Amino acid sequence: MSDSLIVSTRKGLFRVARRSGGWAVESVDFLGDNVSLTLADPRDGRCYAALDHGHFGVKVHRSTATGWEEIATPAYPPKPEGLEENDMWGRPVPWSTARIWALQPGGAAQPGVLWCGTLPGGLFRSADHGESWEMVRSLWDHPGRKRWMGGGADLPGIHSIIVDPRNADHVWIAVSTGGIWFTEDGGNAWTQRGEGMRADHVPPELVHDPIAQDVHCLMQCAAQPERMWVQHHNGIFVSSDAGRNFTEITGVQPSAFGFPVAVHPADPDTAWFVPGIKDEKRIPLDGRLVVTRTRDGGQTFDILTNGLPQVHAYDLVYRHALAIDPTGDRLAFGSTTGGLWVTEDQGDRWTEITHTLPPIHAVTFA
Amino acid sequence: MAMVSFTPNIQRHVPCPDTEAAGATVRAVLDQVFAGNPRARAYVLDDQAALRKHMIIFIDGEIIRDRARLSDPVTAASHIHVYQALSGG
Repeated sequence: MSDSLIVSTRKGLFRVARRSGGWAVESVDFLGDNVSLTLADPRDGRCYAALDHGHFGVKVHRSTATGWEEIATPAYPPKPEGLEENDMWGRPVPWSTARIWALQPGGAAQPGVLWCGTLPGGLFRSADHGESWEMVRSLWDHPGRKRWMGGGADLPGIHSIIVDPRNADHVWIAVSTGGIWFTEDGGNAWTQRGEGMRADHVPPELVHDPIAQDVHCLMQCAAQPERMWVQHHNGIFVSSDAGRNFTEITGVQPSAFGFPVAVHPADPDTAWFVPGIKDEKRIPLDGRLVVTRTRDGGQTFDILTNGLPQVHAYDLVYRHALAIDPTGDRLAFGSTTGGLWVTEDQGDRWTEITHTLPPIHAVTFA
Repeated sequence: MAMVSFTPNIQRHVPCPDTEAAGATVRAVLDQVFAGNPRARAYVLDDQAALRKHMIIFIDGEIIRDRARLSDPVTAASHIHVYQALSGG
């Protein structure tokens, strides 16, 4: 049971805690700075915050006993002289970290190992708590990587990283856009996964091509890692064979569009989503903020509204802004309009912690 | 030696006092400055050691032309200013 949250926002990192009086914001770090993502490492309690200083670039800070210290930022290797590599817009692909979009701890028996996904598509690994980072060249140099495209951003990016709890050499990543990729040897070799997903925003030849899929978020059931859930640009998909094949879940009301998905750590059939109107409007339907929950593997969904604003609510919830705690009972999410909600009963009742935070990029239990 | 001054906005992230450094190009001068202040380097230059997109460098009031290689010439009497756009919000 987790009693604390870390909320990464456009204007700082907020710590939220549950005390006798309920949940409340307790402190803020990096006030005024853009904190795009924070990892709370369950192995040792350290936190890693990704900051985007705009003109001054992306930086990573690690928590200390008394505060934070700046550590190494994943950096791209020198671009070979004369190499011409253009993005989908015909512009040169920048070999430079444009955004940190995923931070994930390695296996339980790999203290200090971290994975980091970035725009424009580089995956990095650290073996020393972020003191240094090494680009995973096997993926960057893979011919398939050059077919990745921008989704919501101009550049492609790795936003989801999953380390198999049974074998830390098994790692899945998901790309917007570029589908799902898997390694079974700790990152030396990569293969595409994700058959069965469907993209309706591409030419017919690419609709079912796994590399054309705009996965918004990939999550795994900790107790049954073969079960994976995807919130996709085009809907909701579920896999029962570790991401090899997916089945589309249809008929989800009020919408199957959204960014985040949370999966119950012990029950592979239970997952949560925060829907919005597809696709360029990206607001709750009819101004009603809802969470959808399935408890039967996607056959049916509950529309959860208790405690959520149902009039003129235009909150959008980003892919890293829906969190679940290790018990599976507590969830929290934050929105682009600064709202933060928590539930302690799997979503039957929600409590608003605040609605005045800066735009929220990410929420995690700590 | 050339004098190098940095934008006030960078100072809250990493202190960058006025520094004298020798070199015939902006690259050579900045390499010397960053050798003594390595953390500042990634605030000014990107992963390919080019000037970051919204950073700007003046030599005696003139904007440099070579943002990738920083090959613009510098004299011992030059004053280099490392600035940035003031957008935000």
